[in-house]
Amino acid sequence: MDTFLTQVLNSLFYASILFLIASGLSLVYGVMRIINMAHGNLYAFGAYVAAWAIGLVASHLHVSLLFILLATGAAAAAVAGALLEPTLLRPLYRRAEEYQLLMTFGLLLILEDVMRLLWGSHPLTASALSDALGSVSIVGATYPAYNIFVIVVGGVAAVALWAFVYRTRFGVTLRATSQDRRMAAALGINVERVYVQAFTIGCLMAGLGGAVVMPLSGAVLGMGVDALILAFVVVVIGGLGSLEGALVGALIVGFVRTIGIIYFAEVELAVLYLIAALVLFARPAGLFGRA
Amino acid sequence: MTAVVRASLAGAPGWQLALAAVAVVALAIVPFVAPPFQTIQLCYGLIFAIAALGFNLLLGYTGLLSFGHSAYFGMGAYTVAMLVKYLDIRIMEVFVVAGVLASAAVAALFGLVCVRYTRIFFGILTLALSQVLWSLALKLFWVTGGTDGLRVPTPQLLGGLFAPAADKLGFLEFRYYYYVLALFVVCVGVMWVIVHSPFGKALQGIRDNETRAEFVGVQVRRYRWVAFVISGAFTGLAGALWVPLNGLTTPDILYWPFSGRIVFFTVLGGFHTFAGPIVGAIAYNYLETYAVGFTIYWQLVLGIVLVLLVLTMPTGLVGVLGQLATRVRRLRPA
Repeated sequence: MDTFLTQVLNSLFYASILFLIASGLSLVYGVMRIINMAHGNLYAFGAYVAAWAIGLVASHLHVSLLFILLATGAAAAAVAGALLEPTLLRPLYRRAEEYQLLMTFGLLLILEDVMRLLWGSHPLTASALSDALGSVSIVGATYPAYNIFVIVVGGVAAVALWAFVYRTRFGVTLRATSQDRRMAAALGINVERVYVQAFTIGCLMAGLGGAVVMPLSGAVLGMGVDALILAFVVVVIGGLGSLEGALVGALIVGFVRTIGIIYFAEVELAVLYLIAALVLFARPAGLFGRA
Repeated sequence: MTAVVRASLAGAPGWQLALAAVAVVALAIVPFVAPPFQTIQLCYGLIFAIAALGFNLLLGYTGLLSFGHSAYFGMGAYTVAMLVKYLDIRIMEVFVVAGVLASAAVAALFGLVCVRYTRIFFGILTLALSQVLWSLALKLFWVTGGTDGLRVPTPQLLGGLFAPAADKLGFLEFRYYYYVLALFVVCVGVMWVIVHSPFGKALQGIRDNETRAEFVGVQVRRYRWVAFVISGAFTGLAGALWVPLNGLTTPDILYWPFSGRIVFFTVLGGFHTFAGPIVGAIAYNYLETYAVGFTIYWQLVLGIVLVLLVLTMPTGLVGVLGQLATRVRRLRPA
């Protein structure tokens, strides 16, 4: 029973990280119809900035204050997004989508090396945060409390994002732009501004994901490239452009991966990609997507 | 078949054939005038050009952007490595045929799924499927060597006519270079015939307007599938030629950034022209080699080049040269 619970929590932990990455990717695609290949690098960027910021002040502040500093990762990724969209992506909206994909691929290469330039090739980490929380015991199972914290962050982010998109005035303009860009513009919505905002929120989510995972796995070069491909699997299963889809996709991938690690570790990744391919084959728009 | 070849050759203006002949002669002289390092770099460039040529049949001529061509390149390379590891075969002709067949078979299978979609979904699907192969190469280490990869020694060329020389550098610089050059010329010729054949014209029709193509009787999906298989076979051939030159194959060539690299070749040269991918692949190879030698931040250099390319030179090197040539011709009084 307790191992079962541990595995469920592991799956939720993993799903939580995946949701933070994939929801941003999906939001950006939903509004702007762009697949941001540099999205994983913004996730890595969030991890690096948070690790760096915490490392600067770790010896002066109490651990509980360090948790607040995790937000710097999210903020840094958001700022990067707010700068990148108007300068590099906006000139390309009228061009064929190949160019948009290539631009974000170029950004991926650039960001990867900018991080190497800024922080070197050694991993950064701030394990003080995960150590400080220790572990808790839930119905007989001992589980690291920091992982629970990550699950909670993922859950709160999911609710907040949902409320933001479906319960605020800004969410209405966002959805309107997503459904018909030209009609939204004709009705007086400033589409350019909506694009910057959507891209910024997408990057914010990725940066948050990177920041909260960092105390456990560290900020490492290449983490973005690895994460992106799993986020693809999530959004393909759930449906590109759908937030519900990102959530369900993240849960499916989280659970399959946990089961995979126990029963078929060698082909676990291959199984995930095959699931994605099968879903696309059967339902091209994903489980929750609209064609 | 000969009629098709003749017709497509007739379509080529004399100056293009002359230019191609000059290029081939120039490429053939290189090993005698250039240092070994340069010749071997050019050899890599020619191999990547074969991959880009195949890739562009999909992007430039059929309008499908694949982000999973690492799968076919890697399939070609790993097939060769498996032949060496399990059957102890050292014959280049066997490598070439097996590499092409294996990658064509994988392309035929993946293509069945992928050609049902276009645009971004096609890109993601090709990417997801290619990553199945990557994860297998990475995880099944007792077969594939995992991240250490598999070694491939220099093979016999032309049935032992030229046995592998003791001097590996000399072998790669002369015999292997000419072997690659010959296959490169054959590939360019075959691809030229394909894109100028009725089949190639039908692909361009599909690219420009799928619905119209369907209405004039083109079986869109089947044509796309055939183009997909041919494209995969070319890229697989490139993989099979690459591995003896490189001496080692690792899962990196199956990982998706390598697919991005193949896209990069093609866009650098320009995907609206026949010669674009060839020029792009050779130019990219030099760019990467010198960027890697120049700084550890070579990805930054490549990324900036790609961003500038997309912003300022979307038609690529060959496109820009073409525009310059037109301008010069206009300036000259008729």
